[in-house]
Amino acid sequence: MKIRKSTVGFIIYLLLLMLPVYWMFNMSLRTNADILGTFSLYPAHPTLTNYVAIFTDPAWYSGYVNSIIYVSMNTVISLFVALPAAYAFSRYTFLGDKHMFFWLLTNRMAPPAVFLLPFFQLYSTFGLIDTHIAVAISHCLFNVPLAVWILEGFMSGVPREIDETAYIDGYSFPRFFLTVFLPLIRTGIGVTAFFCFMFSWVELLLARTLTTTEAKPIAATMTRTVSATGLDWGLLAAAGILTIVPGALVIYFVRNYMAKGFALGRV
Amino acid sequence: MEKTKDNRAWFLVIPVFVIVAFSAIIPLMTVVNYSVQDIFGPNERFFVGVEWFKEILHDERLHEALLRQFLFSGLVLLIEIPLGVAIALAMPKKGWAASLSLVLLALPLLIPWNVIGTIWIIFTRPDIGLLGATINGLGIDFDHTAAPLDAWITVMLMEVWHWTPLVVLLAYAGLQAIPDAFYQAASIDGASRWAVFRYIQLPKMRGVLTIAILLRFMDSFLIYAEPFVLTGGGPGNATTFLSIHLVKIAVGQFDLGPAAAFSIIYFLIVLLFSWLFYQALQNVGKGE
Repeated sequence: MKIRKSTVGFIIYLLLLMLPVYWMFNMSLRTNADILGTFSLYPAHPTLTNYVAIFTDPAWYSGYVNSIIYVSMNTVISLFVALPAAYAFSRYTFLGDKHMFFWLLTNRMAPPAVFLLPFFQLYSTFGLIDTHIAVAISHCLFNVPLAVWILEGFMSGVPREIDETAYIDGYSFPRFFLTVFLPLIRTGIGVTAFFCFMFSWVELLLARTLTTTEAKPIAATMTRTVSATGLDWGLLAAAGILTIVPGALVIYFVRNYMAKGFALGRV
Repeated sequence: MEKTKDNRAWFLVIPVFVIVAFSAIIPLMTVVNYSVQDIFGPNERFFVGVEWFKEILHDERLHEALLRQFLFSGLVLLIEIPLGVAIALAMPKKGWAASLSLVLLALPLLIPWNVIGTIWIIFTRPDIGLLGATINGLGIDFDHTAAPLDAWITVMLMEVWHWTPLVVLLAYAGLQAIPDAFYQAASIDGASRWAVFRYIQLPKMRGVLTIAILLRFMDSFLIYAEPFVLTGGGPGNATTFLSIHLVKIAVGQFDLGPAAAFSIIYFLIVLLFSWLFYQALQNVGKGE
């Protein structure tokens, strides 16, 4: 088998990319004293104490549950509203379409620090503080625009003749959209779903501002590792490793949509 | 084929508008409101007009932070976009290797930003961190807590490590969306690898690359948690980026008025440059 130079380069890149992640994994299997005391390429005395601590403490694992709930809600809502809108932007011109399209993206452009207070006031007016749906809706602010933009790009890559042919064949819009069009852009849907999941998963400021206990996200729970005696690095690393898992599963499930690509001529 | 003109398309856009506007408009107006007032307490506030804006625009530390921010975002774009495209081109196209690559690439993106900073503190420690120990083992004196240049290198490394996979994933998805027929036509014509890249792959990736460039520009310009946790803006002010400076004013000095004025200016800068990038990318390659 011939191995290309670019493949070698890619493998080296992946290895470099994994180093910090490996280091976190290495730390997660060691006690705090061990981490701070000795330099070691691998855990000499591997221990699962850090993981046990997380799985036996409701304050810890409920953080994961909360995050998974609001992130899933957000991903579903974002895709649900963004798909028809992206179709409109890619297929039609209408009053103010270009302004609307760019305005959407401007919602990602504000520095969050000063906006947190009005956000809290707005959501408490509606009695939404400390609910999962509040975080899910607030994350729509940056995920829906992104979803519309990514999906619009993929939809514009599909030739318009496909729509025309389908309508001539007597497809109604909903039937055409669901059975013909969506399968054609499944790469884009896979990418979009992953990105919505990812950005909502790692967002900390809004999620922390809008929750107190019932819907507290995992990223906020992690700040608990800072105590009077300093940071518990092992515990933090174990929590970090566990935060990667749900997203890795998501991308594993959407990988086929991303890797298979694009099959024309389905109509 | 031209797009059809049809104002009924608005009905498809209304749900998006409603859900985004719900979170967008009132907080933005509130911050605008703060920015023109001097606030002492819930019921003690005075209208001060553009006073805060004048003060902010003459703040020299803000000018320095702004320059640093442009340098940082510029470097981010110059490194991450070409690197991301190159890696996407080298990636396996199908089978288990492609699946594995996708999952591994996504890992850095899934770590909460504050944790990324914390992990890199240890990772770069000269005594117990892999990177720090390796560099110092090579005989180079490297300490990001003392030397500004080392701090910059560390923050850039962290940023490139963290976010290049985002560009790769987007570029890869763009490449996957190119129908095989295009490659077949190119190979019949005997096109070189460079020609395939320049005239097929690059134009077809324009959409996803536009998003990648805008996203990387916006997010790197607004970067806060990772460098703040890693360096705290130091040594000195060497890595005090714009948002770190903003939080110092907003939280440290608890000056809501100036901080709000700062936020508005900050927002307008990001808006202006994103718009310029967007316009430029829209017009690139129009003539082909």
